[in-house]
Amino acid sequence: MKKYLAIFRIRFINSLQYRAAALAGMATQFAWGFMEILAFLAFYKADPAAFPMEFSQTVSYIWMQQAFLALFMVWFFEAEIFNAITSGGIAYELARPVDLYWRWFSQSVANRLAKTVLRCLPILIIAMLVPEPFRMSLPATHGQFLLFLVSAAFSLGVVISFSMLIYISTFYTLSCTGVRIISAVLADFLAGAIIPLPFFPQPFRAIAEMLPFAAMQNMPLRIYSGNIAGINAFWGIGLQVFWLIALILIGRYMINNALRKVVVQGG
Amino acid sequence: MRLYMKYFSMHLQSQMQYKLSFFFTALGQFLVSFTALLGIWFMFMRFNAVEGFSFPQVLLCFATMLMAFSLAEFMGRGFDHFPRIISNGEFDRMLVRPRRVALQVLASQMEFSRLGRLVQAILVFCYAIPASGVNWTYDKIITLCLMVICGSIVFFCLFLIYAAISFFTIEGLEFMNIFTDGGREFGRYPFSVYGKEALRFLTYVIPLALFQYYPLLYILERKTSSFYMFMPLLALPFAIPAYAFWRFGLSRYKSTGS
Repeated sequence: MKKYLAIFRIRFINSLQYRAAALAGMATQFAWGFMEILAFLAFYKADPAAFPMEFSQTVSYIWMQQAFLALFMVWFFEAEIFNAITSGGIAYELARPVDLYWRWFSQSVANRLAKTVLRCLPILIIAMLVPEPFRMSLPATHGQFLLFLVSAAFSLGVVISFSMLIYISTFYTLSCTGVRIISAVLADFLAGAIIPLPFFPQPFRAIAEMLPFAAMQNMPLRIYSGNIAGINAFWGIGLQVFWLIALILIGRYMINNALRKVVVQGG
Repeated sequence: MRLYMKYFSMHLQSQMQYKLSFFFTALGQFLVSFTALLGIWFMFMRFNAVEGFSFPQVLLCFATMLMAFSLAEFMGRGFDHFPRIISNGEFDRMLVRPRRVALQVLASQMEFSRLGRLVQAILVFCYAIPASGVNWTYDKIITLCLMVICGSIVFFCLFLIYAAISFFTIEGLEFMNIFTDGGREFGRYPFSVYGKEALRFLTYVIPLALFQYYPLLYILERKTSSFYMFMPLLALPFAIPAYAFWRFGLSRYKSTGS
């Protein structure tokens, strides 16, 4: 456990170094979130009755999504891991006395957390200060906020254990760009990155809410905005736990299988 | 130009060596914009219209943006890679060759898999052009062509600016993405949807609305003045500051060594 914490710490400090990049990223995300809200506002004005969430909930959803982008988006892959597999650097990794799965896992957690820590606060603060109707609201109760934190942690786990499957599949395919783009795009769409799941028409919505992708950003963001509350929130977190365990088990099985017959590329 | 065609066939041949990989990447590109399309479709299953634009009319907008963007991205991919060319010293080698620098940067990278988006744009046009209920006369067809062509020139200029900035920063600047990728993403709806201020900004500062919103009004017969038909042409002078900025950056270039 200690060595994985050490990996986590090194990576975390390393990622904190890129402050200028974080500043540029923040400005981008802020502008992006603002445009996103304007688009939803236009739809809201067109027909408020057809809007499946309250407008303030949608606003909170979008701001939180932008603030925690690096935490929840599947497409933030670790290029380093892909390179290790295709370039043969994996041989060194295998010689080390750490479990590869958990090494990559803690590395991903660290990088995502560090990126988020740098970026989220300024975005959240500005989002709380802008005038209505663009202002982000605070959660109604402390309990709701607590549930959000729990759900966010599980969501991060699900996102990473899902991307682990993509990393591991590189052992088999070697050329990864295509698979990487396709899986990330589908996962993010089904997780509610483009439009929140409540905007999906039935029966797409019912199906999407059962998939592991619903256990990604969909859950914490909707709990925070108050769209999922009370007993439903507990059910949702239960679903997240289920998918987290399932994805980790699949990943462990795949990596053990792949490592047994790994062919190291080049020297 | 002959040189460019040579590079063109060279890149094409090298990428065709890995057919499966090429196919998957193109499919990936296709899906990226396909989820955006799905998003629009899902929204319109709930709402009949936004700002008075119906689903096929919005698709007209979406396909125009997508086609303009993918053409520009395909041509200007080298600019996207430019920060890397600068930081690894490759650019110094380009400077000593007796050919135009911009041409070499352009030719250094072409990704044919980006055409996955173009295919999608064409398919969406195939649906939206008959479904939008527009009476397609010659002037409207010309307007649509102008929208796509001028649009890709504007996007191309944005890529050029992105590359020119990295003369100063060495790193790529994520902020430019809001105009390139963001322009594509948000251009799926007519820009008037985002309110007056956004529209004004996109008209006078970054001329994205000039080839998207105003000519669309002409096509949909909301504005009859033929001034709107030629609005996309007004976006073309944007190339002047973009190119000037590139020249300025070039004159200030300091090698990173290595």
